[in-house]
Amino acid sequence: MADPQIIPFPQQPLRAPSVAPLLAFDGVSIRRGGGLVLSDVSFGLSPHGISCLLGPNGAGKSLCLRLAAQLILPEEGRITCDLPPSQIAYVPQNPVLLRRSVSGNLVHALKLSGVRWRDRRDRLQTLLTQARLTFAADQPAQSLSSGEAQRLTLVRALASQPQLLLLDEPCASLDPASTAALEELVCTIARSGTKIVLVTHDVGQAKRLADDVVFLASGKVRETGPADRFFEAPGSNAARAYLEGRLLT
Amino acid sequence: MFDFATAFAEAFALVFAGDAALVQIVGLSLWVSGCAVLISCLLGLPLGAALAMTRFAGRRALVVAMSALMGLPPVVVGLTLYLMLSQSGPFAVFELLYTPTAMIIAQVVLVTPIVTTLTRQVIEDLDRDLSETLRALRASWFDRVGTLLWEARLALVTAALAGMGRALAEVGAVMIVGGNINHATRVMTTSIALETSRGELALALALGLVLLALSLGINAAVLGLRDRAEHQVAHG
Repeated sequence: MADPQIIPFPQQPLRAPSVAPLLAFDGVSIRRGGGLVLSDVSFGLSPHGISCLLGPNGAGKSLCLRLAAQLILPEEGRITCDLPPSQIAYVPQNPVLLRRSVSGNLVHALKLSGVRWRDRRDRLQTLLTQARLTFAADQPAQSLSSGEAQRLTLVRALASQPQLLLLDEPCASLDPASTAALEELVCTIARSGTKIVLVTHDVGQAKRLADDVVFLASGKVRETGPADRFFEAPGSNAARAYLEGRLLT
Repeated sequence: MFDFATAFAEAFALVFAGDAALVQIVGLSLWVSGCAVLISCLLGLPLGAALAMTRFAGRRALVVAMSALMGLPPVVVGLTLYLMLSQSGPFAVFELLYTPTAMIIAQVVLVTPIVTTLTRQVIEDLDRDLSETLRALRASWFDRVGTLLWEARLALVTAALAGMGRALAEVGAVMIVGGNINHATRVMTTSIALETSRGELALALALGLVLLALSLGINAAVLGLRDRAEHQVAHG
């Protein structure tokens, strides 16, 4: 039997320097249905590189991302971010493409971002090239494969040239080849200076991409720190169990 | 005894000969209903979208009222408008009674709730799918409304078509406010009613055939347009 093809790790992005956090959660709590789904969540993320919010399903990772995107407000605690909302882009777990062409989707996003019409053509070409979708510019967005559609939603979020990009499980339903292409794009964006916060429950993906990790379980932050240290010597029982593949309840 | 075959033969002869009276009646019908549907769309599309995307006290009551108005009896609309436009009514000064404008107003009153309610339903469903994506793209409220209306364009064409169907088939209100005056306010439905009562079945049947053909033609065209657009969206 032939050996499976191993997809190489993408080139590592810049390591995060230790500076004041770009985004900080301070004692944030959220209630749903009478129970706490986020409980006293506190962490800070550096302005550079890729931070992963890692944890099992239901840990509260996506909720943290929506809070960071300012789509919902915390009931308790405080979230501070040095950036205006226009500089924060968010790609939801199930983004929807508009019933237009690939270019139409990007032009719409550029228009919403206030890009002047005479600059749109150049920006459109840049985004299409970034997503490697130049060949599909005039195709209906609905006809793209899952991987292509996810790359399109990712570059669509870049239309506003954000400083902070929040990605909610962007590779959740992709095959390895599409995942590799998307991870490469994520690394390219991070290297260009955009801070990326990535939600994932995939330990392998977090290892490949993360500069630092915020580990959540059951609505609480169990551990935060640089990715190397987190994966080599996790400090919490919950993180150790998760990395060993044991089930967290 | 009434001879069906003769009546149908005369009706087809009128249609294919392009009878002047028939053409004038059909033309006026299309003008009145077309204007009414256009105005109803201009009112109903933004109103329906606003109802779908805005939360305010009394919204639920407004939604229920708008749905109920879809079944508004045309004769009641006609009577109300008659009272308002007649010599003793508050709008007598405009001298609109027994004019095509009065008929357009009556049809706008009947069609706008249909367009508004269907638009609200379509936009509400679509907003559920697109809301987070559009908010993530930092779309303003007006941007969201515009985007959703454009995304729902195929379904909204159907809403406009439903309005056109209602307008073309309407008889009670336009009869009361239009007066069914020959060469002035006589449309297909009022003509059919009149000619039938007078025993002039050939013209009534001819108009009925045209009405039926128009209805089928518009429906077929819109369905074809929708299928084509959906195919393009899905397959390029």
